[in-house]
Amino acid sequence: MSETIVQVENLYKYYRKIKAVDDISFKIYKGEIFGLVGPNGAGKTTAIECIEGLRKPDSGSLKVMDLNPTTNGRTLRNSIGIQLQESQLPGRLKVWEAISLFSSFYKKNTESTPLLKELGLEEKKGSYFDKLSGGQKQRLFITLALLNDPDLIFLDELTTGLDPQARRATWNLITGIRERGKTIFLTTHFMEEAEILCDRVAIMDNGKIIALDTPKNLIRNISIETRLMFSATDSPELNALDNIKSISKYEKSGDNIIVYGHDKRMVKDVVNFLVNRNIDFYDLQTEQVTLEDVFLALTGKEIRN
Amino acid sequence: MKSLLRLTVVEMKLYLREPMATFFTLLYAPALLFLFGFIYGNEPTPFFGGRGFIDSQLPAYMALVIVTVGLMSVPISTASDRENGILKRFHSTPASPAIYLFANIFTYYIMSLMGVTLLFLVGRFIFHAQFEGNIFSILAGFTICALSFFSFGYMIASLAPTARTALAAGMILAFPMMFLSGAAIPLEVLGDKVTNISKYLPLTYVVRLMKGLWVGNSWAAHWLNLIIILGLLVTGAIISTLTFKWE
Repeated sequence: MSETIVQVENLYKYYRKIKAVDDISFKIYKGEIFGLVGPNGAGKTTAIECIEGLRKPDSGSLKVMDLNPTTNGRTLRNSIGIQLQESQLPGRLKVWEAISLFSSFYKKNTESTPLLKELGLEEKKGSYFDKLSGGQKQRLFITLALLNDPDLIFLDELTTGLDPQARRATWNLITGIRERGKTIFLTTHFMEEAEILCDRVAIMDNGKIIALDTPKNLIRNISIETRLMFSATDSPELNALDNIKSISKYEKSGDNIIVYGHDKRMVKDVVNFLVNRNIDFYDLQTEQVTLEDVFLALTGKEIRN
Repeated sequence: MKSLLRLTVVEMKLYLREPMATFFTLLYAPALLFLFGFIYGNEPTPFFGGRGFIDSQLPAYMALVIVTVGLMSVPISTASDRENGILKRFHSTPASPAIYLFANIFTYYIMSLMGVTLLFLVGRFIFHAQFEGNIFSILAGFTICALSFFSFGYMIASLAPTARTALAAGMILAFPMMFLSGAAIPLEVLGDKVTNISKYLPLTYVVRLMKGLWVGNSWAAHWLNLIIILGLLVTGAIISTLTFKWE
């Protein structure tokens, strides 16, 4: 891949005795959407805030756009965009006032009118912050993070608290931003979100990164049984399923059959088997392995908070 | 510079959009003056050293404006900005933290100055209050006292863990002080016991200084009051600088 834009080496951050971030290292490349995912309390926010220069790490080396965020935070923040977890604006601040105020903080400004249009806030320009819906507030924070036309954007728990529809709309915005050549670093505890949005994902748990790869590779490399379900008219021929090597076991209850296996060829083998023997089958479906399963396999626990 | 200017304008608008803050800063003291002036009039009496009620109490009401802004507006809005992550949001831009402080202090100053000006106009034009001092002198005295109480307010905001405690601390300090320092009610009316208590309240020294400058006393005659007020200013500034948290 291309140029490194963020480099994290052996980052540590303790709060008293709690190891919030416990020796993590990774790189983010220009133009990618990189996700730090994990359950609440995994240390994602502490890590991202160290990288943004908002927190001082206890040790480790950080390099963001060729700057050290700990010592050059304010210079760095001129060329990055930040969306914080659980941030607010004064309730009686109007949308346009927030835009004009935050624009004045940066050396470089992008045109805000098209930005507001793109984020669907044009008609809300004169509204007070506390009159905006959750999704609108979140879009305003994205707008504020883009005002200086940054090359690198940090989004911390972007869609927490949004309804599924607003969440999907936000995902479209994020991919839209990446298409303009921006690099995005996001944290989330929604595995589905990471899987859909991210080019690469680092899974974090208890302050450590336990896996880092593309979502596809993470899923492929994990040894989880896939389930294939279908219905077929009961026939003795079905017992020959035992002979298919890619199947580890199968269960039959009435017309419904569930086939288990690790092998990728399993689906093809089963379908071939059914077609070759002229067995009528319907309602064929496979259960997709997701990042949730990857997390479960790696940590032995569910990610849901 | 541009960001300082915009933030100041925004902070002023936000201040005026809060009905409670606007009322207590701009209208509370003039309304009290109007009310008591209506009841007692402004006839000279030996009780107030040959001056009228308004002549004597108008400068004390200036202390009322100062204490409301300093111990209520400053700690409450600073602590709630912090609690709501607003300070952190500013902090995550390249803007200097000093901008936030300057814009806010300037806003509080202008708002209290407006309150005091309204007070002056009500006293002067409705009750024909006698002003025997120097306008620059009283402005300077007001500025020092206001900054001193703002500094006190920032100290509360810095030490209070939450917005609720900042609010409670501000109220607990502000209300008794208003009534026991001679700011809201003349000490002459309240008797010796209260006068003794008043010596332990910083606002008393603001009342003394403002009253003195109003009748044309020299600064030299108020050196002790001035030292106490400046002491509060410095203490508040040091403690808030050392303990201020952005989140």
